[in-house]
Amino acid sequence: MRALRLALFVTATVTCVTAQEPAPPKAATPQPTPADATVARSRALELAGAFANDGYKVRDGFFSGALEKGKPVFLQVNLFSGNEYWFSAAANGPARKISVDVFDAKGRPLEGETYKDAGTAAAGIVTKKSGPHVVRVELTDGDKSDFCLVYSYK
Amino acid sequence: MLLRIVIPSLCLAAFSAAPALSESTLTKPQLETVVQIDALTIPTPGEFFVAMDKQGQPNWTQLFKPETPSATASREQMALMLGVLVADGYIAVEAQDGQGVKNTGKDIINLAKKLNVSQSILGRGNSINDFASNNDWSALREELEATQNEVKLAMAEQKDQDLVILVSLGAWIRGTDVATMFIAGNYSPELAELVRQPAIVSYLLDQVSKLPEKVHSDPLILKLASGLESVRQLVTTDVDVPLPPDSVNALAETMRSMVHAIAEGTKQES
Repeated sequence: MRALRLALFVTATVTCVTAQEPAPPKAATPQPTPADATVARSRALELAGAFANDGYKVRDGFFSGALEKGKPVFLQVNLFSGNEYWFSAAANGPARKISVDVFDAKGRPLEGETYKDAGTAAAGIVTKKSGPHVVRVELTDGDKSDFCLVYSYK
Repeated sequence: MLLRIVIPSLCLAAFSAAPALSESTLTKPQLETVVQIDALTIPTPGEFFVAMDKQGQPNWTQLFKPETPSATASREQMALMLGVLVADGYIAVEAQDGQGVKNTGKDIINLAKKLNVSQSILGRGNSINDFASNNDWSALREELEATQNEVKLAMAEQKDQDLVILVSLGAWIRGTDVATMFIAGNYSPELAELVRQPAIVSYLLDQVSKLPEKVHSDPLILKLASGLESVRQLVTTDVDVPLPPDSVNALAETMRSMVHAIAEGTKQES
């Protein structure tokens, strides 16, 4: 998959560049940098790419923005009944833990599976009703960070 | 059922299968802050067709009847047609019609040239050809969406932002056209459920209403906006009651006329 290969390449490149840079001075509140947004997307694609092993197709579209504690981001997606979905998010920089949850059009939580690991999270659902759904991405531990959300379906 | 055992690269301990992903229902103020963006809010035709494949067995070869783009100087019509062609590409992929995909890819590149956004996607055209030659249908689905997104990005960069939503609109109209065509002839409540998309229609209508007056008053755009309004009325019904066959038929007719309008342009109006 070209997108995943690109993501892995970008991740490796950025990691490499970051490793060569001198350590930044310690700040009281770490702030996200433009490079964080790129890395966040790479990591989100990397996570979504893992689900591709099970036949999930990763959408090329994505959402990126900033996450702050106590200020979750809500995104609307339109899903089809019978399809299976994974919503994968990754934050970079000072974020330590994030969560992803999916709700129906009325805001009721949906049953499914979740995945969480340092700065990344995913939620997997099988929709019973076609139509609008809400994906919530939340920073649960750490400081303001850039994040990226992608989704896959099958 | 979601299979975690097939994801060896992820730490299984990090998974949890909870009865619900979250315990609490979203509040009204939270629901009011929901963000809609073109790249995620509008599903790709491929996503739509995967759902159709699960509920029925469309004969994609029969459904692949691409429109021939008419010669036009209207950039709006070209943007809409480009979206239609992207959806046609997905249909050709479902039909596993390699030559059809190549032809559609060529039409996409030709239109992109006319819109001055070809430089960034010429490579995509080559990839589409290569993947089609190798019958790599999965890669083609990704390539088609990536091509569409690159065209939109190039449009945004050259300050043609207004055209971006028209590409999405064209793709959605053609995708829904082919879906309703199939469902009208093979009705089932489950299939009909797939074309009830009032939120997408409202989003598209909202975006069209925000287009500059010059674009918004174009006869073709006016016709499409009127068609979308009809579609919204047809699909805004009680979600617990299946969309009836009559509504699906009416929907199919409206979608067909919208696709024709895009292909033929404002010639229809004169």
